[in-house]
Amino acid sequence: MSRYLLIESRDPFDSRDCDWLYETAKGLSKVGNEVTVFFVQNGVLPSRKGSRYENYLHQLSLYNVKLLADSLSLSERAISDRHLVAEVSISNMDQLVDLLMDDQLKPIWH
Amino acid sequence: MSGKILTLAIMDGPYESTCSTTAFRIIDAALRKGHSVKVFAYEGAVSLTMKAQKEHPNPAHGTSAEDEHHVLTKRWVEGLYELAKKHHVDLDWVNCGLCVDERGAGDWVVGPTRGGPADFLTMVENSTNTLVIPSKRNS
Repeated sequence: MSRYLLIESRDPFDSRDCDWLYETAKGLSKVGNEVTVFFVQNGVLPSRKGSRYENYLHQLSLYNVKLLADSLSLSERAISDRHLVAEVSISNMDQLVDLLMDDQLKPIWH
Repeated sequence: MSGKILTLAIMDGPYESTCSTTAFRIIDAALRKGHSVKVFAYEGAVSLTMKAQKEHPNPAHGTSAEDEHHVLTKRWVEGLYELAKKHHVDLDWVNCGLCVDERGAGDWVVGPTRGGPADFLTMVENSTNTLVIPSKRNS
């Protein structure tokens, strides 16, 4: 088993290849890896309640993918805690750095 | 200090991508946590440290340079070096030499050094972990 950190900085409504990241997260988790997806910048947009990606994020959580969103990116886009999809937890750069300081973790930026 | 080292490779030039801001935020958080940081600035990212950057007024808004209070990336880099010193950790910022030459971007603030991809390999080999933040291409 490996640990993966997938950092999504892109808006799926703007970049069609975000689906690749979601599918990769699901696939990695499905075969027994520990996967965290960290949403930052426009990558946080699908985590808004009512987004067409809400169900997609729900599916990821069913595959035990941990979903985190950068607090500054959320607040810049007026997405408050109550607007956030339930499966997504608010996070920050401190937590991102803590994850990155795991020498067994494989980080991938998209 | 933790004894841990984070390496980042960054490629976006100043004022073009939010990725640069996020990279600065990651470096800032890592230094505050007592980790040393190595940065390999590639392609447009070598311009982040250019000394000639300066504030300017905004005629469209009728504001002065002071009113605008621009965040210059060179100031951010200088601030990160001060932060590293304060927390007794190392910030090792290497600008890719060929990228610098292509852009005429060789006059930079105190701190960064000139290097090449081989230095990035050494950084990776001597770090706890490495994050590559590539230039954004829409698809």
